[in-house]
Amino acid sequence: MAVVVILVLLAVGSVLFHLLSPWWWTPIASNWNYIDNTITITFWITGIAFTAVVLFMAYCVLRFRHRPGNTAAYEPENRRLEGWLATGTTFGVAAMLAPGLFVWNQFVTVPQDASEVEVIGQQWLWSFRLPGADGKLGTTETRDIAPENSLGVNRDDAAGQDDIIIEGGELHLPVGKPVKMLLRSVDVLHDFYVPEFRAKMDMVPGMITYFWLTPTRTGTFEILCAELCGVGHPQMRGTVVVDTEEDYQAWLAEQQTFSQLSASSETRAIPGRVCSGSPSGIATEQGTGAFALFEEERKCFGPAATTVAASAAQ
Amino acid sequence: MVDVRSGIGEALPPPEVEDVELYHPHSWWTRYVFSQDAKIIAIQYGTTAIAIGMVALVLSWLIRLQLGFPGTFELIDAERYYQFITMHGMIMVIYLLTALFLGGFGNYLIPLMVGARDMVFPYANMLSYWIYLLAVIVLAASFFTPGGPTGAGWTLYPPQAVLSGTPGGRDWGIIMMLSSLIIFVIGFTMGGLNYVVTVLQGRARGMTLMRLPLTVWGIFTATVMALLAFPALFVACVMMLFDRLLGTSFFMPAIVEMGEQLQYGGGSPILFQHLFWFFGHPEVYIVALPAFGIVSDLISTHARKNIFGYRMMVWAIVIIGGLSFIVWAHHMYVSGMNPYFGFFFATTTLIIAVPTAIKVYNWVLTLWRGNIHLTLPMLFALAFIVTFVNGGLTGLFLGNVVVDVPLSDTMFVVAHFHMVMGVAPIMVIFGAIYHWYPKITGRMLNEAMGQIHFWVTFIGAYAIFFPMHYLGLIGVPRRYHELGEASFVTTSIAELNAFISVMALLVGAAQIVFLFNLAWSLRHGREAGGNPWRATTLEWQTPETPPPHGNWGNELPVVYRWAYDYSVPGAPEDFIPQNQPTPGRLSHETVS
Repeated sequence: MAVVVILVLLAVGSVLFHLLSPWWWTPIASNWNYIDNTITITFWITGIAFTAVVLFMAYCVLRFRHRPGNTAAYEPENRRLEGWLATGTTFGVAAMLAPGLFVWNQFVTVPQDASEVEVIGQQWLWSFRLPGADGKLGTTETRDIAPENSLGVNRDDAAGQDDIIIEGGELHLPVGKPVKMLLRSVDVLHDFYVPEFRAKMDMVPGMITYFWLTPTRTGTFEILCAELCGVGHPQMRGTVVVDTEEDYQAWLAEQQTFSQLSASSETRAIPGRVCSGSPSGIATEQGTGAFALFEEERKCFGPAATTVAASAAQ
Repeated sequence: MVDVRSGIGEALPPPEVEDVELYHPHSWWTRYVFSQDAKIIAIQYGTTAIAIGMVALVLSWLIRLQLGFPGTFELIDAERYYQFITMHGMIMVIYLLTALFLGGFGNYLIPLMVGARDMVFPYANMLSYWIYLLAVIVLAASFFTPGGPTGAGWTLYPPQAVLSGTPGGRDWGIIMMLSSLIIFVIGFTMGGLNYVVTVLQGRARGMTLMRLPLTVWGIFTATVMALLAFPALFVACVMMLFDRLLGTSFFMPAIVEMGEQLQYGGGSPILFQHLFWFFGHPEVYIVALPAFGIVSDLISTHARKNIFGYRMMVWAIVIIGGLSFIVWAHHMYVSGMNPYFGFFFATTTLIIAVPTAIKVYNWVLTLWRGNIHLTLPMLFALAFIVTFVNGGLTGLFLGNVVVDVPLSDTMFVVAHFHMVMGVAPIMVIFGAIYHWYPKITGRMLNEAMGQIHFWVTFIGAYAIFFPMHYLGLIGVPRRYHELGEASFVTTSIAELNAFISVMALLVGAAQIVFLFNLAWSLRHGREAGGNPWRATTLEWQTPETPPPHGNWGNELPVVYRWAYDYSVPGAPEDFIPQNQPTPGRLSHETVS
């Protein structure tokens, strides 16, 4: 009997937990409320299936548990029942798959008028690049990455000269405008993930991945890395600010282009990757592993990275 | 309509081959250590798997201590945390679950259930175990190498797995891990060929394929899959080892690591993911199908009722096995592969839900109008259905490509796969051990300790992993040593995390009761007799318990019926063993 009670409690308790617990998704800030809707449909269908199966089991245990004189029925097969159950399940599955594929089609179809923004991931920092006045991003090459060109922008590509470079800072996006996020990594896998946007995508060295979204409300949101990228993975945070068009233009005007940065690179220290010598070389020789590297990183980067590293060291 | 047990009274085929003479051991060493007896090999596999599994259990405690009480334990720094999760995952999936189901249960049950004297290649079978043991030793040794074990996550994704930002990436860790996996696959192949050939060629007279117990169907199909899937892991490991040691670039594009241009160029990290998941998704079913098979037999035996829809169950196992080879990229929806693949893989993934659901229906319909004995194996079987249904249904979230986008790489995934391929199969393992321990040792496991073990494990495991889904729904990413401050979460998730950790410690402690029970009952358990559960399948009909080398004494069994003649109307007992010719007469072996 304890089994019956526990099974019923478990089914009912799971439903109540779902309905009453304070833990639910964070309010959405993009057009992907279609995704939320599909999740809701899936919760309904799977919730009903789960509750039905567990309660039916509880009933079976209650009704058909062994008592003296009980005998089991002998019924090897029941084609009709099996047929009905298979058909019902197929419909349930189709009811989840159809909206899923419908929304996926939207997800992979980038609107023609989407502007492009490039996100660059590296251990353990986010950088961004916006097309400048020409509206086009210049090409890039990992081999071109150097202290004064930390994103590897192709110097010979005219389209890249006016690109706006944001290293380790905030990304701003205008509200209500579709944007195609082009994702690039220079070292290992990362994943650009903003919980409020719902969308995410891995960043893979050697290729450019993408997804698109339309921010639907202004605000400041946290960027997390969602693909394990080494010991600093949890500290790889960034900020995306969704602005009104006015604020966005004001912010945009303050940013520096690639050619401006290149011109001043002789006179000013670029917050690039390499400080003195080779950090990874030092760390490996000392045999202190990845964390030493991380410490080295902190020395290279100064205050912004120090907070990151400090929280890692706790 | 009822023709699955066809053949009552039909003429038996004549024996095709003579009964084989086995290699008989001459000394204690060849009898108990370098044994060629599949039953001894099974016990060796089982104890080794459980031993390394205990390491994984301790690691899970350490992981949960960090997540539940971040910053409290200085020992668990970020580097160690990633090493712990990596080793925990790899041990559980490969070295515990795969080894225990196939090497352990497969070795013990296949020859007995199909009515063979032993596996068909006993020597290769023995080698299989010793190579597996070597793989376990290499894996465990990586804890003691400079830099410690790899912290790349159990998926070992390059490039980070072989770079210095990851623990063990530039040290020994990743090399030891890849070597151990390569050794494991070699050892497994020797065992796997044995299981397949024994099922196909070693069956007793009258044991047609459609009379095999579902346990054998599950293990057989899983082994065929493993033989096809493990080579993908094997080559992926070899290629990554070359990348790491010889400077090839299979998986390595041009990379700038910490400001330094590396010598790699032109490789594809996603290629590794395709290879890994071409192995990794069938792997899920390599663990699940034996569990499906075993739980079918547990439910049928302890509900005293034939398994509902036997043929449908067999076909569901085979279809799931086949489909599982064309769903692998559902692990890669947000990997950066061509997003149009999503349409195909979401469709195949959701199609696989149909045969899986049919299996669930047939389990509960076996309970329906049964005569349910709430023994420990039955309790664990019920717990399996609950946790498997729960975990299977959350798979419909993650398999449905667009729903996966927000949930991928969050704690929802962790909760899902622990429920469906951690908790559920382990419930079956426990049920199976309580069920077959009497055959293996001749004694029953202690009931009181078993009850404590069951209730704490079942309720505790559910309390760990059910709420964990909601952490993922909020957006908490997986593989975070510490989430720290994050604007999108409420602070109350810290309490939820602490609760989950306390439950994890409790469930872990209950396993100590189980291990103690295994040892204690060896001497003090109640004498079981030959067939304590009054079961129909052949392993319960052996002349001696525990069965000696060769299993069947002088004469091999002959099979007259399917494995599920429980509560046949008109029969004097509520079960008719497979080797009994007519329903009316009980053969002498079955009187316990």
